[in-house]
Amino acid sequence: MSRWLLPGLLAVLALLSAVSLLAGTVWFTPADALAALRNPHGDLLQLVITEVRLPRLALAILVGAILGLSGAVLQGLLRNPLAEPGLLGVSSGASLGAVIALYYGFAAAFTLATPLFALVGALSTISVALLLSRTGGTLSLILTGVAVSTIAGAGLSLALNLAPNPYAAYEIMTWLMGSLNDRSWDHVLLATPFILAGGFLLFLTAPALDALTLGERQAESLGVDLKRLRLLALLGTALGVGAATAVTGTILFVGLISPHLVRPLVRHQPGAVLLPSALVGAIIVLAADIATRLLRFGPDVKLGVFISVIGAPFFLWLVLHLRKTSP
Amino acid sequence: MKRLELIGVRAERAEKTVLDGMDATFHGGRLTVVIGPNGAGKSTLLDVAAGLLNPASGRVELDGADIGTLSLRQLAQRRAYLPQSPRVDWAISVERVVALGITARLPAFGGLPEAWKPKIDLALQRLDLLHLRERPATRLSGGELARVMLARATVADPEILIVDEPTAGLDPRHALDAGERLRALARAGCGVVVALHDLDLAARIADDVIAIKDGRIVAQGRADDILNEAVLREVYDVRARVSRDTDGLSIRFLP
Repeated sequence: MSRWLLPGLLAVLALLSAVSLLAGTVWFTPADALAALRNPHGDLLQLVITEVRLPRLALAILVGAILGLSGAVLQGLLRNPLAEPGLLGVSSGASLGAVIALYYGFAAAFTLATPLFALVGALSTISVALLLSRTGGTLSLILTGVAVSTIAGAGLSLALNLAPNPYAAYEIMTWLMGSLNDRSWDHVLLATPFILAGGFLLFLTAPALDALTLGERQAESLGVDLKRLRLLALLGTALGVGAATAVTGTILFVGLISPHLVRPLVRHQPGAVLLPSALVGAIIVLAADIATRLLRFGPDVKLGVFISVIGAPFFLWLVLHLRKTSP
Repeated sequence: MKRLELIGVRAERAEKTVLDGMDATFHGGRLTVVIGPNGAGKSTLLDVAAGLLNPASGRVELDGADIGTLSLRQLAQRRAYLPQSPRVDWAISVERVVALGITARLPAFGGLPEAWKPKIDLALQRLDLLHLRERPATRLSGGELARVMLARATVADPEILIVDEPTAGLDPRHALDAGERLRALARAGCGVVVALHDLDLAARIADDVIAIKDGRIVAQGRADDILNEAVLREVYDVRARVSRDTDGLSIRFLP
């Protein structure tokens, strides 16, 4: 790994974090921000920093990092450069859970209903995928994930179709777009333990992912327990990405793109991709969040939509590029 | 290792019996070639011997201890295994591929311990790979990749090396070269087990031969005693002519 990669990424992240606290509808000077951080119970402007921008910053970093990390682990596990957390049904499961909360009015009853239901949805879909693919190999895992994901997607469409009033449908659509608007410390507290636990499990996969470069047979002969590896990767993804999706809605492409951006910089070693990919994920989400706040084209652009608009062309480039370079 | 023994092994794949009643012994410091027609169960035999496939009944013993009682990691520290047509999925360097051979001896976190670096250099040097060490492993020719894989398998000095068809897809020069290198490992004390289709190469490098057909052993023993017309005809169902000249044994199948 290049000596300057991690310090460089951390510096960029720190810089963006500072910008994220200062920039927005109301601009602050660094002195205002420092004062607010020192005295959290100050005036209204200071509350904007401690109660609005700080939780938003924390969520952007946590969510981006877990998406980048999970993408890197899944690409290594499935040995497929097009893998990403959404592939295994985590995102659509979380969305379905959230939609149930919105649809049946739980969300109106208490604020955290949507993320809680989403978390349950994510964990359920990945458990189903894991149970059904228990005996098969990697391919069976991918296909089961896609199938479960499709079922959750069908449930989602059904909910939109049957929505009792246009407002419910609108609310569901808005949630699906993915956003960091109006997130509070409650959201941070709900997601953090799951994201940290998931991240820990995902980091444990690094040495096994390196060995998996040689294929499953050789990895096994080198002492890698494939069942344990799959369990770590899937459970980590379900907990981490499930919780992330639960508090922000669906954010695609971050998990797909981040590993690709760092892979050449760590000489393609799958285990070494994990940490820098997590940092790049955090940088992407944070930068996109700042951009959605600063670029105003009438109604505000949702974070998930903004990332998709940038990410989709990258995905297309990736497919074309891979077609050229892979045998 | 002194010996690796298969005792009354029956093995299944997809609920079909592939090996039945197999008793075989592999010795340290000797090179054993497993021969047999397609679908005879050679790869399954190698997988069972490598501890990668649990036998449905019977057991495999390494120096008298059941390998089922060893963890994957413990086993990986003692034996190396190379499947047929190995490949590398990411563009990691040749040196990294060779370093993967010591996965089972690495701590869970952190990089490569300094103490292993000379070992890796030695493995690279033994297989003439020093000039390729920084090359991405996805950009190697077939012969180079075969040498890299052999370096990977032998970097940690395994007690037993199990190789499935190492010469598949190699031209004669590289096939002979691979054979010579396996021979050298056996001379150095490693127990080498190789599945081979190339019988001329088998005759050149084997100390012992195990001939199997339909999941059962047809014959096993010293290479000179097994590679004869009667056994080959029984194993392959084709007439065979074995001739010996100054270059060694040569085997021809006749229609």
